[in-house]
Amino acid sequence: MFGIRPRQKITQADWKGYMAQRAQQAKNPAIQQFFATPLPDPETPIADVPMVALDMETTGLDERRHGIVSIGVVPFTLSRIKLAERRYWVVKPPRPLDEASIAYHHITHSEIAQSPDLDVILDELLAQLAGRLVVVHFRNIERPFLNAAIKARRGEGVLFPMIDTMSLEARMHRQTLWARFRRWLGRPPVSIRMHASRERYGLPPYQGHHALVDALATAELLQAQIATHYRPETPLKDIWC
Amino acid sequence: MDVELLEIRQHMGRFPPFDGLSDDLLDAIAEQVEVSYFKTGSSILALNEMLNDLCYIRSGAVEVYRSQGELYNRLGEGDIFGHFSLLRNHKVRFPAQAIEDTLIYFIPKAVFLRLCEEDEHFADFVELERPRLESAAEQQKKSNDMMVTRIRKLLTRYPVMVETSTSVQHAAQQMSEAQASALLVIKEGSDNPRYSFKDSEGQTWQMCGILTDSDFRTRVVAEGLSPQTAVGEVVSSRLITIQSDASVYEAMLTMLRSNVHHLPVLYRQRPVGVVHLSDIIRYETHSGLYLVSNIFHQSSAQGLARLAPDVSAAFVRMVQEGANSQMVGSALSTIGRSFTRRLLEMAEAELGPPPVPYCFMVNGSMARNEQSIVTDQDNALILSDEFIPEQHDDYFHALAKIVSDGLDACGYTYCKGDVMATNTQWRQPLSVWKGYFQDWMANPTPERLLHSSIFFDLDSCYGEDLYVETLQDLIADTAPKSPLFLAAMARNALNRTPPLGFFRTFVMEQDGKHNNSINLKRRGTAPMVDLVRIHALACGSKAQNSFQRLNDISKTQLLATGMSEKLSYAFEFLCMSRIRHQMIDLQEDRLPDNNIEPENVADSERHTLKDAFQVLSNAQKFLKFRYPMPAQRQGR
Repeated sequence: MFGIRPRQKITQADWKGYMAQRAQQAKNPAIQQFFATPLPDPETPIADVPMVALDMETTGLDERRHGIVSIGVVPFTLSRIKLAERRYWVVKPPRPLDEASIAYHHITHSEIAQSPDLDVILDELLAQLAGRLVVVHFRNIERPFLNAAIKARRGEGVLFPMIDTMSLEARMHRQTLWARFRRWLGRPPVSIRMHASRERYGLPPYQGHHALVDALATAELLQAQIATHYRPETPLKDIWC
Repeated sequence: MDVELLEIRQHMGRFPPFDGLSDDLLDAIAEQVEVSYFKTGSSILALNEMLNDLCYIRSGAVEVYRSQGELYNRLGEGDIFGHFSLLRNHKVRFPAQAIEDTLIYFIPKAVFLRLCEEDEHFADFVELERPRLESAAEQQKKSNDMMVTRIRKLLTRYPVMVETSTSVQHAAQQMSEAQASALLVIKEGSDNPRYSFKDSEGQTWQMCGILTDSDFRTRVVAEGLSPQTAVGEVVSSRLITIQSDASVYEAMLTMLRSNVHHLPVLYRQRPVGVVHLSDIIRYETHSGLYLVSNIFHQSSAQGLARLAPDVSAAFVRMVQEGANSQMVGSALSTIGRSFTRRLLEMAEAELGPPPVPYCFMVNGSMARNEQSIVTDQDNALILSDEFIPEQHDDYFHALAKIVSDGLDACGYTYCKGDVMATNTQWRQPLSVWKGYFQDWMANPTPERLLHSSIFFDLDSCYGEDLYVETLQDLIADTAPKSPLFLAAMARNALNRTPPLGFFRTFVMEQDGKHNNSINLKRRGTAPMVDLVRIHALACGSKAQNSFQRLNDISKTQLLATGMSEKLSYAFEFLCMSRIRHQMIDLQEDRLPDNNIEPENVADSERHTLKDAFQVLSNAQKFLKFRYPMPAQRQGR
């Protein structure tokens, strides 16, 4: 959809087993700590799941060629998004910024020049994510980028279950009989990008492409999706991936 | 401040009471906000739940209910709720529900309390509705009240009065002592009911005339009269007076027209003072005064019609100068009355003197001194009981037609309900008019009163004031004793309800013509006028102006303490909103109307408007309860 290359698909495996196994094997203390913090059971009602919305701005779309420039996280639950607990970092990507990406995320050379490497904030970031279900809009950016960036710095990657608001949106608008019928008629598919998705739930437009604002927007979108298509009792396993 | 929260901060900064906050406080809020999404129909605050946050609507719409489940308010983007509960015991007393998909920003209690403590404006805003309304109405009030000052305000003392038998010397001594430049000459008894009055002992007196400084020169000294001459022999029999609630303009005009420098001021028939031209000069304002005197210099209806743009200009200027609704209403009524009087003078000049005395009565907004720039004419003729239709009616019909056509040419359109002196039904002798009013009050039905209630705002414009005063007395004596009449009036008053179903911004009119607007007259000022009139009738007030009526009402136990002030603030605000929107229409070369478009309403005004409508709505509920249909007549 964004012209990205097809990549290895991470399927919904036995996340509980995977996390336990990684906790055993991890050598880096921060990573070990991350995997050792238990995630909610897959059967937990979504209303009881502690979550954290995550968004990052990158210099491009390929984790092998591009780097992370900013990360925003906002802890939340189904009932409250806690802005006071938000975290936001600008980090220096290992490769130079390309001008086109500046126009996109508005983070400038000088801002980045003064920023630390991801490695400096990684322990903090992992601590924020530990024990919480990470929520993103389009996991195929965040997951491989994080995994690659951490692997480059600590010698081992980090994978974990996520709730992807874009894929939840796709379930409603891309995989239904109605969606297939539309496609058959040659109609353009319903947009499942952030702005269009939020609009469908009456959420206000936010200025996009700021990692923290996008994280907030993602958290709000998930609340709206659950309120509209699911129930507070819906088990986590129906939603994560 | 982190730039990342600008999104939240900027949004809140656009809406009251946050729009008045310092950047620091705004930052503090944005830092601490918690967010939650509510699907249409879901509960946001449940009754008796503990409340720990102030709720701010980022998007969507919310309904707030009373504990009994009845709708209290409808809120939209930028509105807040929960503050009442937060300020009290932190338990939700007004549950809230999303009526659209809604995003709420929750502001934690600690931040809320800090805002209340550090920002006075914020504290005022979140406390009761009343202070907000009060301060808004107060802000609209400015010192410039010359345009509409009532003449009684210029009076500093009672007039010096002497009997006709007093010697001119003694009278002159009394004047000197009192440092007065004029005295009133009175005698016992009453030949002329128009100038008769009772003193505090119940003795009836009649005012014979006025004697001024210059009269002493021209009538006494120049004539070589003895100092012992009785004042009754030198006093002019020509007496020109003015009512105490006439405006300064009217007094000015009366002086200009009659070429006198002193005017006895009467409260009904009783003299309460004398104004001198210099008193008025001190209060004059150029523009309006110029306009009114110009009216009286016109010699034709066409000439009068040419002044219509000047009326609009004077109106715009007045609003810009900060006049309040009473000033504007009174000034426009004075202008309207001046047109009417001038037309009557022209009619009399054309038709000859009237065959029997008459009074040209005005009704509706002109009688209340609450005219706006958009107005039609409501008037009637009260004729002397000597009136014989076959002999006299041609004259009065012609007179009425000249006035009515003339007013229409000047921009006062014909009354749609035909409440005009041209209508035979409303051109009747005093005794018939008394019968009308007695009948309306004795045998009321809401349907009958719907068309005649306009007559319960009545004032004299020209001619025999006494006729209208007689009717005013009749109403004030009868109405308080007529529960069925009051109930029928009350029922009509509830026909028009304020647009309280605010949906995000406003509930729109359904008439198809103004789909995106609210008729501020129909939904605001008119129901308010109706409501005030009923309470005024119930307490026997003879006042016609709504503010004066409220004043009279506040002296009784009829309404809860403070209620009439609250109504007064709300009324003032509604009137001013309407006036301001008409001014904008005029400035932008549109035909002014009573509709306001929500996009032209500032956020701060929007909230105060809602408060004002809420006050009106509550008062209407009370009306229903206060004037119930008496049981024995209900089955009719």
